[in-house]
Amino acid sequence: MSIFLNEQSKIIVQGMTGSEGLKHTRRMVASGAQVVGGVNPRKAGEQVDGIPVFGTVVDAMKETGADVSVVFVPPKFARGAVEEAIDAGIPLAVVITEGIPVHDTAAFFTKAQRSGSTRLIGPNCPGLITPGRSNAGIIPADIAEAGRIGLVSKSGTLTYQMMYELRDIGFSTAVGIGGDPVIGTTHIDCLAAFQDDPDTDVIVMIGEIGGDAEERAADFIKASVTKPVVGYVAGFTAPEGKTMGHAGAIVSGSSGTAVAKQEALEAAGVRVGRTPSEAARLVREVVAG
Amino acid sequence: MDLYEYQAKELFAAHGVPVLPGEVADTPEEARAAAAGIGTAVVVKAQVKTGGRGKAGGVKLAADADEAAEKAAAILGLDIKGHVVKRVLVTAASDIDTEYYVSYLLDRANRTFLAMASVEGGMEIEQLAVERPEALARVPVDPIDGVDAAKAGEIADAAGFPADVREQVVDILVKLWETFVSEDATLVEVNPLVKTPEGRVVALDGKVTLDGNADFRHPDTAAKFEDRDAADPLEQRAKEKDLNYVKLDGEVGIIGNGAGLVMSTLDVVEYAGRQHGGVRPANFLDIGGGASAEVMANGLEIILSDRSVRSVFVNVFGGITACDEVANGIVQAFGLLESRGEAVRLPLVVRLDGNNAEEGRRILSEAALPGLEQVDTMDGAAERVAELAGAR
Repeated sequence: MSIFLNEQSKIIVQGMTGSEGLKHTRRMVASGAQVVGGVNPRKAGEQVDGIPVFGTVVDAMKETGADVSVVFVPPKFARGAVEEAIDAGIPLAVVITEGIPVHDTAAFFTKAQRSGSTRLIGPNCPGLITPGRSNAGIIPADIAEAGRIGLVSKSGTLTYQMMYELRDIGFSTAVGIGGDPVIGTTHIDCLAAFQDDPDTDVIVMIGEIGGDAEERAADFIKASVTKPVVGYVAGFTAPEGKTMGHAGAIVSGSSGTAVAKQEALEAAGVRVGRTPSEAARLVREVVAG
Repeated sequence: MDLYEYQAKELFAAHGVPVLPGEVADTPEEARAAAAGIGTAVVVKAQVKTGGRGKAGGVKLAADADEAAEKAAAILGLDIKGHVVKRVLVTAASDIDTEYYVSYLLDRANRTFLAMASVEGGMEIEQLAVERPEALARVPVDPIDGVDAAKAGEIADAAGFPADVREQVVDILVKLWETFVSEDATLVEVNPLVKTPEGRVVALDGKVTLDGNADFRHPDTAAKFEDRDAADPLEQRAKEKDLNYVKLDGEVGIIGNGAGLVMSTLDVVEYAGRQHGGVRPANFLDIGGGASAEVMANGLEIILSDRSVRSVFVNVFGGITACDEVANGIVQAFGLLESRGEAVRLPLVVRLDGNNAEEGRRILSEAALPGLEQVDTMDGAAERVAELAGAR
């Protein structure tokens, strides 16, 4: 098993005909993911690399049975694209796009919640990969083998870094949940899914400064996670009031600091590495028993 | 982006939130003219993006135009918590009967918006929230439904606004919500919202934070409010080159790809620096997933023009971009910089890992660039770059 994504997943790409969309569609296909269609209202009926392009998400789902949409649509049009996918009832929408206004994200997140049928991952995320089986987003498929570590991270490159360090042990699923202030799927959602996934033995959780998602995840771990969790938090040296690359990565006053997150996680029994490499070593210790 | 009070009030006024007439002044003479134009007693207020202006002597009452010039002269140039006052707002003075508080903000934890309101305004809201939490109403606002008159009434009643001002407050809450949404703000705050002795409710002070991701919807506002004075000159230059750069106060220049990895790099360098005279990261710079030669050259150029930098750490994980491409990018960046007359003179430690790392390392070894060393692990490279900075 795995979480959210497996070899049965049928993926469509909204924004497949754009340069980023096309590049990553080709990578997804090369890694063995079932990409069954693209969506572009102006290019309906065309094909790209033999993949059919549909005018709407509804058409694409009807024709292909797609259950995952990966969204590469630029910020200006992202809200419309995601809302279309929610209206069509897509079970999983993975929003890669960076730079979406937070009012737009808050609106489509609320819509997804109300629909009760669409899980949202992102925005501003690298997507998720179930190595060897499927890949929805931009995580390079050749970094790591399939295995029994579940990974959830706010950061793309730290996801890649951690997967690479632990590539021989391998991953059940790695989920990049995104670095924006409002995101669909949270650390807690992924922790709950990994806890229930029989193919995941150990969970790695990567956080960063800003908000209190890690603190809340720590409470959840204490209450509901019995599998071992190893953590890493980035941004110990970040100054207050400065946005560090990710729109959500900002320390406001005394809240959102890396120290507070680390302390909360450790209090919940999570072993927290000071550096990504140290966190990787901790995972190896856990796996070795 | 945080706005100055006068900019916040400009947006309030544009959306019909009542404010008192005012004008900004950069000199005492301009303050005199502004006060003369207003024609009543005025308040001269330092325009800085920090709280506690009053206590620092940055807000003064003036009876007439001459006194306004005098007060402006005293306030301009003041250092308020590291913010030097370059501009004052001259605004009509008002007697105050009661002070209230209202705001809308993004509630990250609940992934929705939040209205906050209190009939006990005036003090810092963080203080009120701690000392008298029961006096601060918090009402979630659905991002799709927003705030209409009925919802505004719910907020006003939750805070306990008295009947004599309720209608005015409800109207202000609706218009403030319009400001929040149509300007793509993540915070609009009125503190204090006051009732004058005549019973009129007006916004006496305001704070607005705009969402930079929405600048494309407000190109004019974004350009008008861009704070060139407050920005660090290096940050300004980096922004012009579309680089994601934050100036910090250490000695080790940092370049990396991906926000999380760069944040992590700063931490690792700081830890390593403790063994080497306390050297610290000099900046945050994320060159993104692509890491092309030109972006690399632009990034190096910014970092090398920071005079406090003593060594540079290039930390790239080849994920989407393979390391051989990154290595070629670094080689070309050295060439580009040399042709711009900005040849690299500082020691540079490069850590390449991930996709095609061996090929990338081979390319860099063969290029034998002056001052460039390679270390294969992030922790090892951080140790080395801190050592180099500490030794200079």
